[in-house]
Amino acid sequence: MKSKYALRFVALGYLALLLGIPVGMVFINAFQDGFAAAWDSVTTPEAQHAFYLTFVMVAVAVPLNTIFGVLCALAVVRQRFRGRALLNALVDLPFAVSPVVVGLALLLVYGRRDGWIGPWLADHGVRVIFSTPGMILATMFVSLPFVVREVIPVLREIGTEQEQAAATLGANGFQTFFRITLPAIRWGVAYGVVLTTARALGEFGAVSVVSGKLSGQTETATLFVEGQYQRFNQTGAYAASVVLALLALVTLLAMNVIKPKESRG
Amino acid sequence: MSIVVDAVSKRFGDFVALDDVSLNVRDGSLTALLGPSGSGKSTLLRVIAGLEAPDSGRVLIAGEDATAKPPQRRNVGFVFQHYAAFKHMTVAKNVAFGLTIRKRPKDEIDERVDELLKLVHLDGFAHRYPSQLSGGQRQRMALARALAVQPRVLLLDEPFGALDATVRKELRAWLRRLHDEVHVTTVFVTHDQEEAMEVAEQIVVLNDGGIEQVGSPRDLYEKPANEFVMRFVGPVSELSGQWMRPHDVEILVEPSGGAAEAQIDRIVHLGFEVRVELSLGDGESTWVQTTRGRVEELELAEGQIVWLRPEAAPVSV
Repeated sequence: MKSKYALRFVALGYLALLLGIPVGMVFINAFQDGFAAAWDSVTTPEAQHAFYLTFVMVAVAVPLNTIFGVLCALAVVRQRFRGRALLNALVDLPFAVSPVVVGLALLLVYGRRDGWIGPWLADHGVRVIFSTPGMILATMFVSLPFVVREVIPVLREIGTEQEQAAATLGANGFQTFFRITLPAIRWGVAYGVVLTTARALGEFGAVSVVSGKLSGQTETATLFVEGQYQRFNQTGAYAASVVLALLALVTLLAMNVIKPKESRG
Repeated sequence: MSIVVDAVSKRFGDFVALDDVSLNVRDGSLTALLGPSGSGKSTLLRVIAGLEAPDSGRVLIAGEDATAKPPQRRNVGFVFQHYAAFKHMTVAKNVAFGLTIRKRPKDEIDERVDELLKLVHLDGFAHRYPSQLSGGQRQRMALARALAVQPRVLLLDEPFGALDATVRKELRAWLRRLHDEVHVTTVFVTHDQEEAMEVAEQIVVLNDGGIEQVGSPRDLYEKPANEFVMRFVGPVSELSGQWMRPHDVEILVEPSGGAAEAQIDRIVHLGFEVRVELSLGDGESTWVQTTRGRVEELELAEGQIVWLRPEAAPVSV
């Protein structure tokens, strides 16, 4: 009996120390000058633009990484080809490489003066670095593995019999995918989307390198937090942090609200 | 519709699953593919369905070459051992799947689904999910789903293999009756000789990727083509270097010309049937299947010396 409580104490204590207390402090600090001050600091034009830009990152990176992630998982699980193992390993690269390195790598490719294709793009009026496209690329890069990693085990688990049954019943590849495979992996996809969204919301390092951090122009919510902190506007920094934390929380809750129906299906 | 398998071979890496197999399945018949695991029976069924492509050879369904056709264009019903139920759909939606894909009018689909659910005794389960059904019910749902599209042939891969013994027996009898009602050409795979004998009109015995014999259950039992078939379709005993059915061995209490001397080791009463285990003079052991009445009549006892001889015209190889 004692060991049961000890286990809980360790688990909860660990979470409290690492997560609960620091995040709680952020909330307390955000509202130390009152709710109005916090509200004002996250509704300035700069703050609004920062949240808008973060929303754009999520709106582009999440759907693209979801579609690519499902296709990639299908290729890895359902097909046999040379380089399959390599593809499977490459998908994890964003987990392994530091976001700062990702940012620098993007500079090497898209940098306007001495990047690989950056000068050519600049001649054609496309600006990637210090602009939204580069920040989107950085966000996509760091949030790429989540859907793939969530979907692969689910695809393996459901096996191919349902798909074969659908084929013998007359369904073509598209019909089988949309009517059988996708519904069967939907919770894997949903969880992948939640994690991708959370990651895209919180991305800092890679975006920081390629953004140029122009307040009101190329500043996402996380960069806004850093900017405010460096300008000694603590309330602004903490209040924006609270908004980010709440957005992530809502994403996770949304998933838990829709999920319970699954166990009955 | 008839099925013709013409010189089909299939390898998986180094493993030869089917080696130059040819087979005719008559229109409207009920055929069992019987064999041990690894004999190629499931592969043969999957080749007919188009779920595996043969390395060489042809498959004709209703006289038409189907070898190059994908499964969705063969119009075959396929039932899997583990049901392959669409878990996210209700029973009704599962059964309706093939018709929905074919974009049939909703009224027609509803009517057909009702009719099929009655046929498989699942009326009242239309709005349940597969997870709320027992194994036997799931398999009946899978059968209704396969029948919904009015397939030209119905293929079942170890359909009762995952069910417990009682349900398996029930479903066998039921499949037989269903075939009498629906008359669709049916081929099912099994490793259980009793199941094959009880359900099928024609049995195809496979071993090591080849066909050993094709015949009616009675033919296989009474005229096995070789030792493999003899041993696979029923029990065997060895007497004087010959294999025969244990009920074709006669026990005598007096010596007789040509009868082999043996000592009774054990008498096992299995109800009406009695199993007598014996040691022959040369140290070999064998067994005889007889009845309770016979044992009493001969007053057999463990340890007793008796004489064994084949009954008139036994089956042997």
